[in-house]
Amino acid sequence: MATKVGMEVSVAVGEVVKAANADVIAAYPITPQTHIVEHLAELVANGELDAEFIPVESEHSAMSACLGSAAAGARTFTATAGQGLELMHEVLYVASSMQLPIVMTVANRALSAPLSVWGDHSDAMAVRDTGWIQIFTENGQEVVDHVLYAFRIAEDRKVLLPVMIHLDGFNLSHMIEPVLLPEQSEVDQFLPPNQYPLPLDPNKPVTMGDFGPPIIYTEAKWAQEVNLRASKEVILRAWKEFGDIFGRHYSSVECYHREQAKVLLLTMGSFGETAMMAIDKMRKEGRDVGLLKLRL
Amino acid sequence: MTKPENEITWKDLEIGSIVTEPGNASQYKTGDWRSQRPTYDFNKCIKCGICSIFCPEGCVELNEEGYLEANLFYCKGCGICARECWTQAITMVDEEE
Repeated sequence: MATKVGMEVSVAVGEVVKAANADVIAAYPITPQTHIVEHLAELVANGELDAEFIPVESEHSAMSACLGSAAAGARTFTATAGQGLELMHEVLYVASSMQLPIVMTVANRALSAPLSVWGDHSDAMAVRDTGWIQIFTENGQEVVDHVLYAFRIAEDRKVLLPVMIHLDGFNLSHMIEPVLLPEQSEVDQFLPPNQYPLPLDPNKPVTMGDFGPPIIYTEAKWAQEVNLRASKEVILRAWKEFGDIFGRHYSSVECYHREQAKVLLLTMGSFGETAMMAIDKMRKEGRDVGLLKLRL
Repeated sequence: MTKPENEITWKDLEIGSIVTEPGNASQYKTGDWRSQRPTYDFNKCIKCGICSIFCPEGCVELNEEGYLEANLFYCKGCGICARECWTQAITMVDEEE
């Protein structure tokens, strides 16, 4: 049974990536994601995590390095925020259309200008159509659970898509929260080894990211769409299995006081917790309000 | 690609459109990009091979008589061979002629 620890959420992300035994981490530090990358660099430098840490020169390079790593069949992690997510924008499409199971945490940050390191979801919204699976987390425990969960669904043979876990910058990334870190035995039970079906292999050469003339391109995009839609079933099943092992149950949309609500507030991320308090207060005042929290 | 390009559907594609058959780029026809094609006066050809060295497509091959000739399955009709030929043995003509 896992014990509850008080830990900065960014550090907890690093601990879960370690528990998932990631092979390659390629990342560039940017506020408010920095502590995630710092902690992972430390874990690798101390020999606590046997992984390749690639300190790249930009986010564009970070995601590009992740492409190569995932294509070689390595379990691959990166993290970014705000402008960093924008700088890697074009490579995000490559990751999803080449079906490379990369896991990335995004410590959501408002886009410039004016320059802001504080939180909003403009970075997440800008990459909404890149073909990644996006999951929004509400508190430290959800972040921890979903980083582990992300590897499981990204690498599933029926999915093979990159997954973005959104945690609000500062409001989550820098909070010290009580979290249950998973036991290694639980991780091993929930997360099978990464077995990318067609990895780069000199003995069995393949061509990745080849050009596709219009006659192929349309077919390829439809294949991607079918695959993305089919991933929902796997995502829901993996949540069920996660619940069976860890006792915490998740769904794509969570309802709070939906009954007889005349007004429903829709939130994503850490606002959900604040909104719950507001809903409680307003319900006491006799107002028919409720809350929907969008996770997937 | 075992099927012709225009018969491939999304169901035939590997994950991430990965190509699993090495070297199959040779099956890709680039000859239909061409608006002009090279024609040869083999009386002038001295078999020096300069056309094959300059050909950006690498499609100049030896024909049965040992003269150098572009493979029109690949030739994109750029005309570099005609420009570089020392004896002016190559003339570009419009495809519709």
